[in-house]
Amino acid sequence: MSVSVEFIMTGLFVFALAGFLGFETIRRVPRLLHTPLMALTNALSAISLVGSIVVLGGQYTAYTTILGFVAVIASMINVVGGFLITDKMLKMFKPREKPKKPEPAEAEAAS
Amino acid sequence: MSNFLPMAASFFPDPSTDTGLYIVISLLYLAGAIGFVLSLKWMSDAKTARKGIFAGEIGFVLAIIGTLLLPVITTTGYIYIAVAMLIGAAIGVPLGLLVPMTAMPQRIALSHAFGALAAGLVGIAKFYSSQPDINWFVMAVLGIEITLGALVFTGSLMAAGKLQEVKWLAQRPIVFPLQKTLNFAVLGLAVICVVILAVDPAQVWAIPVIVLAGLAFGVLLIIPIGGADMPTVIALLNAYAGIAAALLGFVLENNLLIVAGALDGMSGLILSIIMCRAMNRSFRNVLFGAFGATEAEWGDQEVGSIRSASFDEAGEILKNSRLVVIVPGYGMAVAQAQHKVRELADTLEKEGVEVKYAIHPVAGRMPGHMNVLLAEANVPYEQLLDMEEINPEFPQVDVVLVLGANDVVNPAARHDQKSPIYGMPILDVDKAASIMVVKRSMRPGFAGVENELFFNEKTLMVFGDAKDVMGELITEISGNRDSINV
Repeated sequence: MSVSVEFIMTGLFVFALAGFLGFETIRRVPRLLHTPLMALTNALSAISLVGSIVVLGGQYTAYTTILGFVAVIASMINVVGGFLITDKMLKMFKPREKPKKPEPAEAEAAS
Repeated sequence: MSNFLPMAASFFPDPSTDTGLYIVISLLYLAGAIGFVLSLKWMSDAKTARKGIFAGEIGFVLAIIGTLLLPVITTTGYIYIAVAMLIGAAIGVPLGLLVPMTAMPQRIALSHAFGALAAGLVGIAKFYSSQPDINWFVMAVLGIEITLGALVFTGSLMAAGKLQEVKWLAQRPIVFPLQKTLNFAVLGLAVICVVILAVDPAQVWAIPVIVLAGLAFGVLLIIPIGGADMPTVIALLNAYAGIAAALLGFVLENNLLIVAGALDGMSGLILSIIMCRAMNRSFRNVLFGAFGATEAEWGDQEVGSIRSASFDEAGEILKNSRLVVIVPGYGMAVAQAQHKVRELADTLEKEGVEVKYAIHPVAGRMPGHMNVLLAEANVPYEQLLDMEEINPEFPQVDVVLVLGANDVVNPAARHDQKSPIYGMPILDVDKAASIMVVKRSMRPGFAGVENELFFNEKTLMVFGDAKDVMGELITEISGNRDSINV
């Protein structure tokens, strides 16, 4: 049984709407954070891990199992490495140090 | 290839017999997709960005749980999956924690390669396990997906190699006769094979041809590209990798893959457009890989006289100003001077001088790279200003300190139509009261263009290695009064 054309059409809906949502959301990411953004989307697109898991776990042929094995490793590198590196970068972005540490409410009032 | 179970179109359990599981898995995937969107939404502010990572991670965990619940996975399959995931995680941790920030562009390029590799391999496995029973439309999608996966794989490896300055890989753009013809021929070969497969999916031989053509095209695409174009190329490969993941979602009937791929593709697209604008290149040029070296015909140029300043003169001027804007370029990062730069800024602030940083979009080697490098040196992010924010402020600025930046501050981009950088948006540093340029020598920048800013009567040149110069200036400014250890 092959993929249905029906799904492809549903998929196009999902793709188009996710694309618009992505455009409007990502447009708002400041240039300051563009490198972490790239690292994060990289981790997110490693969701091909889902497909890789099925190919490997489904045990179709020896051939597809090998392909699946390499694919799971490759996408897992991106998941783990991608999230870790994004977090490492974002930790470095610090606001200006306040001379004394006021309560959050006070800081609101002061600014 | 006949005595095995063909891979089902959808890996989902049958909704009519296994309703409960079907609903659970679908909802887990939906929650995963929502987590991904939230993670990007929270990236819009440095204050919420780390929360965004958390949302993304939760989304991932849910998606993986949903996938492991799929009934197609066999018992031995689980063991293989566990082993492969452990190996991947073991490689991923050092890649996530040990890579220095200056190496971030090649690190990101490398991860595009891994992502494309996974997408491509899954596509190929899908083909072999379901052919020849493949609908023509699905086959076309699958063919494009495999081509993209292959070309992003080699393209990203090439980009990573060039950025890492691997010895056997030429850094300079390589241009040869009939280059574009060859590129289009290779890509055309892949397209023809995709068409053949769409007509008759039994033509199994066409898949290796597609893979090889895709791999070759990826290499050919990066060969003519020089260092200055790398930020655009990385963003573009990012977009391609996202599209490949989304196409895989179509083939595997998986909406979550489509959503994540679309988000990644859109992010890459937006970043490519921003990079193109910042370098004044048409997006169409970049999309078809027709960028690369515009050979600069730079003949005789009127070279004026320059004024240079000693460290104590420069220090005196900086100390007596109200507002100093620092313009960092990649040269500063190469010299590893960012920490010294921040120390200088601290010293100036102690003297009551306000300090800001002006970040051109292509200041680093990938979108946003310079911000990360300065954040690493503990520069508060409020001080990092985009080109659009800082440009109107330059007339009020007392001193602009240009550090290792060149083309992005060259006023020729505004008025000299013969200049190869004409039309490129620049930081209007020449509108400031005075300009100080720290430079090793009078060597031209990336585009090979002489910079008329250096000959401006308001400009003072301070020659030397950026790091050393910063150290000298700090000593001059903090002076004999208090001894700050530098």
